[in-house]
Amino acid sequence: MSDFQPIILKDIPDFHKIEVYMKNGGYGAFKKALKMKPEDIIDEVKKSGLRGRGGACFPTGMKWSFMPQKTEKPKYLCCNGDESEPASFKDREIFEKNPHQFIEGTLIACYALGIKTAYVYIRGEYYPWIVMLQKAIDDAYAKGLIGKNILKSGFSVDIYIHRGAGAYICGEETALLNSIEGKRGLPRVKPPFPANFGLWGCPTTINNIETLANVPPIIENGGEWFSKIGEPKHPGSLLYGLSGHINKPGIYELPSGTLLSDLIYKYGEGVKDNKKIKMIIPGGSSMPPLTADEIDGLKMDNEHLKAVNSFIGTGGIVVMNEDTDIVKVIKRIAQFYYHESCGQCTPCREGCGWMLRILKRIDDGMGRQADIDLLNDVANNIEGNTICAFGDAAAWPVKWAIKKFLPDFEQKVRENVKIPIANKVHALRLVSLE
Amino acid sequence: MEIKFTEESLKKLEEAKSRYPTNDAALMSALWIAQEQFGWISNEIMLYISSLLNVPFERILGVVEFYTMYNKQPVGKYHLQVCTNISCMLCGGYDVVDYISKKLNIGLGETTPDGKFTLIEAECLGSCGTAPMMQVNNYYEENLTKEKIDSILTKLSNS
Ligand SMILES: Cc1cc2nc3c(=O)[nH]c(=O)nc-3n(C[C@H](O)[C@H](O)[C@H](O)COP(=O)(O)O)c2cc1C
Ligand code: SF4
Repeated sequence: MSDFQPIILKDIPDFHKIEVYMKNGGYGAFKKALKMKPEDIIDEVKKSGLRGRGGACFPTGMKWSFMPQKTEKPKYLCCNGDESEPASFKDREIFEKNPHQFIEGTLIACYALGIKTAYVYIRGEYYPWIVMLQKAIDDAYAKGLIGKNILKSGFSVDIYIHRGAGAYICGEETALLNSIEGKRGLPRVKPPFPANFGLWGCPTTINNIETLANVPPIIENGGEWFSKIGEPKHPGSLLYGLSGHINKPGIYELPSGTLLSDLIYKYGEGVKDNKKIKMIIPGGSSMPPLTADEIDGLKMDNEHLKAVNSFIGTGGIVVMNEDTDIVKVIKRIAQFYYHESCGQCTPCREGCGWMLRILKRIDDGMGRQADIDLLNDVANNIEGNTICAFGDAAAWPVKWAIKKFLPDFEQKVRENVKIPIANKVHALRLVSLE
Repeated sequence: MEIKFTEESLKKLEEAKSRYPTNDAALMSALWIAQEQFGWISNEIMLYISSLLNVPFERILGVVEFYTMYNKQPVGKYHLQVCTNISCMLCGGYDVVDYISKKLNIGLGETTPDGKFTLIEAECLGSCGTAPMMQVNNYYEENLTKEKIDSILTKLSNS
């Protein structure tokens, strides 16, 4: 269907098995890396232009260069497989179809950064995938690719899985650190940044699973090769996730900058029942939604999405057809954030509750015009006023849905007014107004 | 009943402890091991873990309350966790909840009188491409239809 050769989700039967992976050149990049100087590996990753796939698109090479080189303390790598952002289901695909490439990327990162211990944080619900990854890790240990004095290089590293237990906020990098330490997953105030003060106060780097899976091909083929795939400012392939009202949902690995219309109509085979599209979420529930008018010609990478006031996030695309009740969808999203707020910051803890209550009221037909302004106000007061980016993530869908789909909110307020009749005077006044 | 880890659980705990530089970091693992053995986390279990890991009871309570997957109450043999977040909602997640609720005659958060099934609504389980779906204990049941739900429930009822 496309000439693009996937970098991660390769179409090779049984690729998740270590023998098949190695037969196809697997762990070759790691062996090559072991002969390189750590600085050169970091430079190669910088050259590649690889940006984090966990949502924030931070340049990976730059993040790695923040790790102090000379330090008495142990250093840690945390691989972020919390994947709890609604509409994201890509890292799970890597655990299932190509766990060894992720492990190899983790090994290369550890070698480049002088790290001896890596923790893979996986959401608790992903139990079957934890089992799959553990099997892959065990196989790599058995082949002497993880453990002590790997391939007689003098380099040693251990990789452990840490199972989460159901908390979206643990995907936030500093909450994740607390969770690994066996605490509640409360985000930490930054600075200090994890590169200086992370796990147990030691230098720590946090990377997404997909980010790390991209490292072996970069080392194997060079940073320049990678930088030429897709959009120059956000190069490489992306694991786009299609869900919602779409004929062929699933994960599609394609170059960054793939047209949204191609993703929906070519790969996803169009909208269910041939309906028109009303709203699109481009990269997970936190990302500001798009209208149908914005689809045409829109390239899916962070820079192009920024131009329409959104972001690529985790690449989880939700397609909603013309019959979708926008207020109900936004209410459901607000319910999620209300449930998941860790409660440390007042704007987030209280604001998420307010947003949900107002949205419920509007959805129940008890809303007033002023509620829409109030909702917008609450969202604006959360954004930018919190310890972690969860606050923004909760505010954006509400704020931008109001901006882009105002008539939907107004219609609910106007049409189904069922103001509870608390006393007769009020009721009479309502009747006379009509 | 005296709360005590089995030999196997103790072995798992030792293994978990070896993965971290501090004992208290093994707390989440300890709670998983406990939940596997006892099905849920009672106060007595928290006190027991407190003595095993030398971690204050209050800290353990905080952790148990924070993470939704630790059961604070006993649940049925089969814990049906239906996703109703956006992608599933658009594909009929709430219909799945209603259907199971009617079929088993229990509401959300309730358990059938025979202790077999508990039904809850879950947040996104990362299975959006195969919506609607639910998690039954540790495993995923995806692309649900009425027929599929019927056959899952029949199979579980008879086991
Ligand atoms: C509320 C919240 C949830 C997050 N959830 C995840 C997640 O599930 N997985 C992930 O990789 N990053 C998540 N992130 C981003 C991480 O904080 C971090 O930026 C990322 O793991 C860094 O890896 P990268 O640079 O390779 O993208 C989340 C951030 C926030 C604010
Ligand atoms: S923004 Fe929300 S989730 Fe983040 S630290 Fe504050 S209260 Fe917690």
